[in-house]
Amino acid sequence: MTEQPLPILEVRSLRKTFGTFNALNGVDLTVVPQELVFIIGPSGSGKSTLLRCLNRLEEPTSGSIFVDGIDLLSRKTNINLMRRRIGMVFQSLNLYPHMTARANVTLALRKVLKMSRAEANTIATAALERVGLADKAGSYPAELSGGQQQRVAIARAIALEPKIMLFDEPTSSLDPELAGSVLAVMRKLRDSGMTMVVVSHEMRFAREAADRIMFMENGTIAEEGTPEIIFGPNANTRTRAFVAEIVR
Amino acid sequence: MSGWSLFIDTFFRPDLVAQYLPAILKAVTITVQVAVLIVATGLASGLMLAVARSFELRAVNLCIIIFADVFRTLPPLVLVLLVYFGLPNVGLTLPSFAVLWLVLSVVLSAFAEEILWAGILSVRRGQWEAARSTGLNFVQTLAYVVLPQAIRLTIPPLTNRSIVITKNVALGSVIGVPEILNVATTAQSFVGNCTPLTLGAICYVVLFIPVVLLGRWVETRFAWGRA
Repeated sequence: MTEQPLPILEVRSLRKTFGTFNALNGVDLTVVPQELVFIIGPSGSGKSTLLRCLNRLEEPTSGSIFVDGIDLLSRKTNINLMRRRIGMVFQSLNLYPHMTARANVTLALRKVLKMSRAEANTIATAALERVGLADKAGSYPAELSGGQQQRVAIARAIALEPKIMLFDEPTSSLDPELAGSVLAVMRKLRDSGMTMVVVSHEMRFAREAADRIMFMENGTIAEEGTPEIIFGPNANTRTRAFVAEIVR
Repeated sequence: MSGWSLFIDTFFRPDLVAQYLPAILKAVTITVQVAVLIVATGLASGLMLAVARSFELRAVNLCIIIFADVFRTLPPLVLVLLVYFGLPNVGLTLPSFAVLWLVLSVVLSAFAEEILWAGILSVRRGQWEAARSTGLNFVQTLAYVVLPQAIRLTIPPLTNRSIVITKNVALGSVIGVPEILNVATTAQSFVGNCTPLTLGAICYVVLFIPVVLLGRWVETRFAWGRA
């Protein structure tokens, strides 16, 4: 028997309702260290809601979420301290427009981790270097391309040394040629051993980088498996139809 | 006498300019002092109210909304008269300066609150989410991420409101504050000539052009790129 590493993320029968609409209908998900889990599925299937529940930007209606063994939904858990352990990158980039790239990265370091400006700047420089933008530290978001902005957003998250990174359609708002640079950074991040949960339509990236792919539909995980299974001829009909639609 | 010289004689007689310029300049310093005080307290309390409103506590917000709506709709002149002549009846007598400052500060704060609140609402939700996702709490997010953007967006309307409220310092003339309009109209009735009033008007223009320019400068100073 092989020894199973302790999961970084453990989600049990997660439900989320908006009024009468069931966005999540009992989702179970376990992610072990250094794993890259890809979530695919039609829009409205609950992918983004699931991701947003994982750092409680959305409050789950019921179920449980454990991150690094800590009950995320417990009243005793300081969610602000936990969130630094859960990096998140958004579809809409969301850099702070009134701050330079460096200041975007250092804000949480200084205000959440109470670092000095000098300490924070050192970490920010290293983080920006990891995403290949050390030379853009002094630039404002408006002076950066969409791809560069998204890489700064990744630097902002990894500077906090998260245990797990959540990507919510990180390339959907970018031109294909700009998306490439973001995917390259994500690939590097994965190679450095970062645990990642990625919601995306980048099927090629999923095929070559994912350890596991989840196909979501109607608020549940309809099928899950390795890329070989999901993209293979034996995947279930709905999954195959969806994949065919995307890679068309 | 030609029409043009008649106009000069009625509105800009050099000897009256010389005679009343010192008194009107003194009135300008009073207008400026009261205006600076009003703008400072009005904007500061408007900001505090807008911040308080973002906590979305029902009872508090209801009070703020009623406050803002009442003081945005009441004519400031009515308030000035009410406070100056009405409050002494209940045993509270305030000097005319204090009344003018208090009333116009309150009116400005009502407008500033609404403007800043609109600014806070116009900052996209993604900005809140990005900040919260890095562990910043609500207050930190408001202070470092949302308010700087909201204030930057609302500088032009806040500048406008500050100009309007500063012009309302002229309402002090009905309760005896020796500001520009008061001094000018008194002089006008004394000499039976409009020259002092013209001087007063010129002073307003000279006074406000720097304010408008300052507003422009602040706007560009806090611009970030061309987003």
